Order: sequence, then structure tokens, then C-alpha cells
Amino acid sequence: MQPLVISRFATVNCLGAGTGAVLDALRMKRSGLAPCDFETAALDTWVGRIPALEELRIRRDLEDYDCRSNRMAQLGLEQDGFTDAMAAARERYGAARIGVFIGTSTSGILETELAYRRRDPQTRALPGSFRYHATQNSYSLGDFVRRYLGLTGPSFVVSSACSSTAKVFGNAARMIAAGVCDAAVVGGADTLCLTTLYGFHSLELTSRRPCRPFDPDRDGISLGEGAGFALLEKPAGLVASDAVMLLGVGESSDAYHMSTPHPEGAGAKLAMQRALGAARLGPADIDYINLHGTATRTNDAAEDKAVVELFGSATPCSSTKGATGHLLGAAGITEAVISILAAQHGLLPGSAHTRSVDPALKSDYLLDSRESRVRRVLTNSFGFGGSNCSLVIGIGG
Amino acid sequence: MRAYVEGVGLLGPGLRGWHESRAVLAGAEPYRVAPTAIPPSELLPPAERRRAGIPVKLALAVGWEAFMSAGRDAAATAAVFTSSSGDGEILHQICDTLTTPERGVSPTRFMNSVHNAAAGYWSIATQSREPSTSLCCYDASFAAGLLECATQVAVDARPVALIAYDQPYPQPLHAARPISGEFGVAFVMAPEATRRSFAAIDLEFMPYDKAETPLSDHALEAVRVSNPAARSLPVLVALARDGAEEVVLQYVAGAHLHVRIASCR
Repeated sequence: MQPLVISRFATVNCLGAGTGAVLDALRMKRSGLAPCDFETAALDTWVGRIPALEELRIRRDLEDYDCRSNRMAQLGLEQDGFTDAMAAARERYGAARIGVFIGTSTSGILETELAYRRRDPQTRALPGSFRYHATQNSYSLGDFVRRYLGLTGPSFVVSSACSSTAKVFGNAARMIAAGVCDAAVVGGADTLCLTTLYGFHSLELTSRRPCRPFDPDRDGISLGEGAGFALLEKPAGLVASDAVMLLGVGESSDAYHMSTPHPEGAGAKLAMQRALGAARLGPADIDYINLHGTATRTNDAAEDKAVVELFGSATPCSSTKGATGHLLGAAGITEAVISILAAQHGLLPGSAHTRSVDPALKSDYLLDSRESRVRRVLTNSFGFGGSNCSLVIGIGG
Repeated sequence: MRAYVEGVGLLGPGLRGWHESRAVLAGAEPYRVAPTAIPPSELLPPAERRRAGIPVKLALAVGWEAFMSAGRDAAATAAVFTSSSGDGEILHQICDTLTTPERGVSPTRFMNSVHNAAAGYWSIATQSREPSTSLCCYDASFAAGLLECATQVAVDARPVALIAYDQPYPQPLHAARPISGEFGVAFVMAPEATRRSFAAIDLEFMPYDKAETPLSDHALEAVRVSNPAARSLPVLVALARDGAEEVVLQYVAGAHLHVRIASCR
């Protein structure tokens, strides 16, 4: 594929607001996870919650869209000078020439959960204040971002569970290649809700401790919340030596099971191969792999197999979910931003909460953060439904 | 952007398959409203067949009809799924369960609650490891899917399937988001004219509002506006008439898609 410049990016999650705070936390291998105190959840699990959301005021002209996920998006858009950079991009390209491709898994479902609690005892009707279009519908998040940034280009929401905000990079790259738009905002948000907390609990996939990716005692995920956004543009002339580039996107399906990954990681391997192929790179060109690494028994075992088959055991890799928790639909953009930070700052992020590496897993898993030359990073996002996506991100042309 | 239509699948109120519905859509036979008849999916293994909800069955049925008439291998073809609501029955069940003291969410329901459930079951049913995407764009979900599908065909220069579907919500959600009559539609599209292709679709994103193309049959028009996936009907009618027509599909606020459909037989 034609490489694209990632000219601006923003992130917020339980490690902090903005790339500076997230980078510091990764360097120090700090985790943002804490025992679950979300809403009325009575579950023995840890989460990466962002308390600031509960006080946040949605921009006045978009009050109809007020819900936790759109607040999350707004908080993300306000980090790292992203909204200002988008105003400048809008001047440059025109509002109709910038696409908005946003990912989310749960959108504003929390709002619907709360509305169900306040049903009329007689008629069972939802309260009149319930705004389906602006909160529950999966597109509400894309609609909110499009309006927040004043953009009028092509837009939709991708909702493919935990690969959503990785896959939007592919949608944007195709739309730009086809000339439907000249630039695109990608990213998205996911927030804590009772559906995912109780749902993953029912599947026995949540850990009672902070999640420990690749640990011999790993026993499940910790849910988190967060948002991230990136501006993708076509390179204008020669690419600067420090430019952040999207080099490749690879997508695949498992064709195996709705909630369990293919045991040999066949779909995962195919996504990584396709991302490398799109970037015209070989496995040896990758300096660091940011793994999906959810800390379930099956994900980490399958992903390890796929990585070792393709890369051997010499490419440093780690999951950062012990630090951020699993951000579900927002995992892709969060880990894309972490991959950019790793490449920009020569950082190989260690794995918070992982005490030792499972001897059954054969990849070169990083327990501790260390500095190293990092030019090309591959990042994995895999979701329910066997939806896989890998991105290759690099520095310079 | 241009794509060639090789196969179509269709299920909706009174519309039992694309081939059975062509004469009705072309206006040669009268349209009669009837509940959507969704066949059980023969494609899925027994365990998955038990777990799959209505939207999954709908998506699989129309997708399979489109591939059968296109004569393409589904396992070798990328697919774009699009739906405004996904599985509204599951959303209701889960939200209802979360109001009970036990909050005993069913693991199967939770697993099937993801918006890409149809894409996941499709991949299992067809053994396809090719990429899929699962889109939502509220009332313009079909338009968004058509745009993404045509873009993939143009950029990746290979055939791509589009599968759009929507199911009504049960109460109390139905009052907040009224959708009627299950509706599913699928296209298999190719970058070049082939022995199988029968129409060319030219698609353009237009960044301003324009009145969308209505249907002249009042009963069909009522179907079109009552289900996001049925917003595809003007395209289906143009395909059924086998001539050359232009259709305006409403897209996101302040934008529309200009679609030219021309027979290429």
C-alpha cells in the first residue's frame, strides 16, 4: 500500500491523558489498573477506569450526545493538540475532503443499560430522556466525532469487537487511495459498561487480579476504557526522516469460533503476513511487536505460536494490557499510539504485572522496559468473531 | 468508482429471494406485503446453527444467494457487513438481565452481541479467512456499506461481497428506534465485467444534501423507509428493470451517494 503520514495523534486511558503521560508510565512500567469500583458492578475484578469522565461536560452544542463513550471521545480529541491540528487540516483540505472512520465495540450501551433501570413500572417504556440515535446506535460515536471536528467527508463506524480501531486504518487508507477523501481521522473510544463486565465474567474470561499477559499464571483480562485518534495524510513530496508513517495494514478472519481464537493462531499469522506484505517488509525488518496479549490462556498461547512461526524467537514483543487493561474497541488505536511512541522514543515497553514468562511460550517477551533502536513496529488486534488486524508503523520514509 | 454486479441476494417483507422478486421489483407483477421468511441456515455447523440469531440467519441467507448466483467462491472473497442495529433482541435481553439482582448475562448471548457476529458466523460457515469489516452508519448503513464495498473493489482490484441486514427491536427499544420487517440484501461485486456480471454500478460521494430516490409503489416505499437495510430498494429496483438509471442514496448528514446503475449484458 501507499504509506501514509500519521501527522497527529492523541491518546487517553487509565495511564493518563496525552502521549506524554502514557509514555512516562510505559517507561516506568506503571499500571493504571485498580480493583473494580465502576458504577454498581459487584465483581471481583480489576479495571482501568477514568474517573474524570464522570465530571466531564460535553461541548454545549452536542449535549444530545452526552454519554460516557462520547465524553471519552471528547477527552481524547482534546489531548495532544489534536482538535487544533484538525482545524488546520480542515482549512488545508476543506471539511468535505477529510474522512472520519471511527471504531467502537460498545458505543453508548451504558446509557441504554441505565435507561432500562428507569423503565416505567406500568408501561415498561424507556424514559423520555433516552436518546437512541445519539448514544446507543454504534454510529453515534462517529457522528459525534464528525460534528465535534466540523468535518463533512465520508464517514462510518467500524464495530468488529476488539479489532475495530485497528481496522479503521485500513478503511481510511482505501478511501484515500480511491480518492474519496484526501485525509482521514481514525480512532475511536470504548468505555466501561455492565454488559462487558458481566459478559466477560460469564465467559469466565476476567481475572480476579490485574491481568498478567504471557505469565504462567495468567487467568484472564482486565477491562479498561480509553480513546485515541490519528490524522492520516498522503505524503507531500519527500518524507521527513522523523515522520511517523502507517506502512501496512493486514486483515483476516479466523473461520474458527466466535469467542475463542484459532488454537494455532492461523488467522493471526495471516493478518501479520498481510500487514508485512502491504508494507513490503520482511519479519526481520520489525524491531518490536506490540501484541494483542489479552492474558487469557488461549489468546496468548495462540498469538505466541503465530508470532514464533513468522518471526522466530528473536523479535522483542510485549503486551501493554497489564498497564492499560483491555480497551476492547479502543485497543487498536491505543496500541497504535503506543507503537508510535515506542518508535519515536526508542522504547521497548515492558509488561506491567507479568512476573515471569510462561515457559510454554517461545517468543522474546519483554518483562521490563528498556531503550533500544526501534524503527518499525507491528501491532496486533484480534477480536470476537475471529476478526484480526495487524498494523505496521514506522519512522521516516 | 465502478463495480460490476455478479450476484444479488434478497430477503424482506414479501420478497423471498432476488430471483423470485425481480418481476415484482421491476413492476411487472404486483407487490404483496407478507412477513419476511428467513430460512434456517444449512451453512452452519449444528452448534453454531443453534446459537445464531435472526440477523445472522438473515445475513447468511442473502449472502449465500448472492454467491450462488455469482458462481464465486465465498471462501476466497472479502466481505463488507453493514447494519444499523445488529442483534436488537440480544441487546434487549442483556439490558433486561442487567436490571435483575443476579445480573446473570448469558455467555452465548454476550458472545453473539458483538456487531460483527454475522461476519464471524459467515467466516465459520464459508471457511473464509479473507478480511471482513462490520459497519454501522445509522439510517445510512447501506449507503456506507456500498461505498466501502465499491472502494475495496476499486483499490484492491478483486471481488468483494456486501451484506446489509436489519432486524426490528422488541419493546421498549422499538418505541425509541422503530424498525419494521426483517430485511437483508447482498451483492457480489467485481472490478471488471465478467461472464456473470449483469450490471455496472458507478458510485460517487457527494458532500451536499439531495432528495433521495423514492419508490413509485407505495407499499414498497413504506418498506424502504421502515428498515435501514431496505434503503437499498431503489438500487434493487434499478437492477431489476435492467436498464440505465440514477439513484440518490442519503448518506451522513449533509452528504449523499450518487449511484448510476446500467445493465451490461
